[in-house]
Amino acid sequence: MINKLLEKIEEKWLFLIIVFLMYFVLWLVDSVKFLEVLYYFLNLLKEIIPVLFLVFFLMFISSMIFSSKRVEKLFGKDAGIISWLAAIIGGILSAGPIYVWYPMLSDFKEKGMRNCFITIFLYNRAIKIPLLPIMILYFDVQLIIILTIYMIIFSVINGIIVEKILKLNN
Amino acid sequence: MEVELAKNKFKETLFSFKQILPILFGVVMLVSFAVILIPKSFYKFVFIGNNFFDPLFGALFGSVLTGNPITSYIIANELLLSGVSLIAVIAFILAWVTVGVIQFPAESLMLGKRFVLVRNIVSFVSAIIIACLTVLTLSLI
Repeated sequence: MINKLLEKIEEKWLFLIIVFLMYFVLWLVDSVKFLEVLYYFLNLLKEIIPVLFLVFFLMFISSMIFSSKRVEKLFGKDAGIISWLAAIIGGILSAGPIYVWYPMLSDFKEKGMRNCFITIFLYNRAIKIPLLPIMILYFDVQLIIILTIYMIIFSVINGIIVEKILKLNN
Repeated sequence: MEVELAKNKFKETLFSFKQILPILFGVVMLVSFAVILIPKSFYKFVFIGNNFFDPLFGALFGSVLTGNPITSYIIANELLLSGVSLIAVIAFILAWVTVGVIQFPAESLMLGKRFVLVRNIVSFVSAIIIACLTVLTLSLI
């Protein structure tokens, strides 16, 4: 996947250029809003930099520990119950915004991680343990518990469905 | 030998990471753009008080919008206070955290367009189903 990504280098830069253009247009149209967006962007960047370091570190460690063979064995065709649990727990425990985890998942996908496990990991990222106290401030505890249980169950169902649909299309 | 291997792996990881940085940078810029330019008051006008369409609209707007999950809780609370149904609000929160229209370009560049499209559609549908099931379970308890 990383190799494919490298081939798409123009697409990657094109995306960034389009976003820069959007900022430029905003600056022309409404400079106050532009500054607001810029301020938010810088704060967000400040927030995600530590997570990026964590992801980089995890990518490095996983490249040392998980060879293609090992990823294939753990998250490939013959994956067992541990693999499903690892994808669920990994998703729940992963910190920061969803997009900082794309590089690691892309690397794992290249090494043979099944689409269902990527889906499960990404879906469970929606369960934010550190944010639970804030959630309790706004919602009923019963609702939060029921919702969390359904999210975990559906992460697995979604993983299976996504994989089946992708296989059908192939 | 092991030090050499670690050095090589470090260089490989650094190289991969450098390739991905423009996409990550772009998506952070895009998220900031969307968060600031879409006013919070906008959400209240989306819902029309229909039991069928409101969860659909909730999931739809949760999918398009982005930002910290805390923001979605605050908006959800405001929506509940203004009379929007719980199913619609749950669908909204779920889609906010599981469906990523804004992140779509970055995610598809790294994980493949087809995978991301299917994953997002499935997450969208399941946001509505989970919302219905949650409210149904709550009413049964």
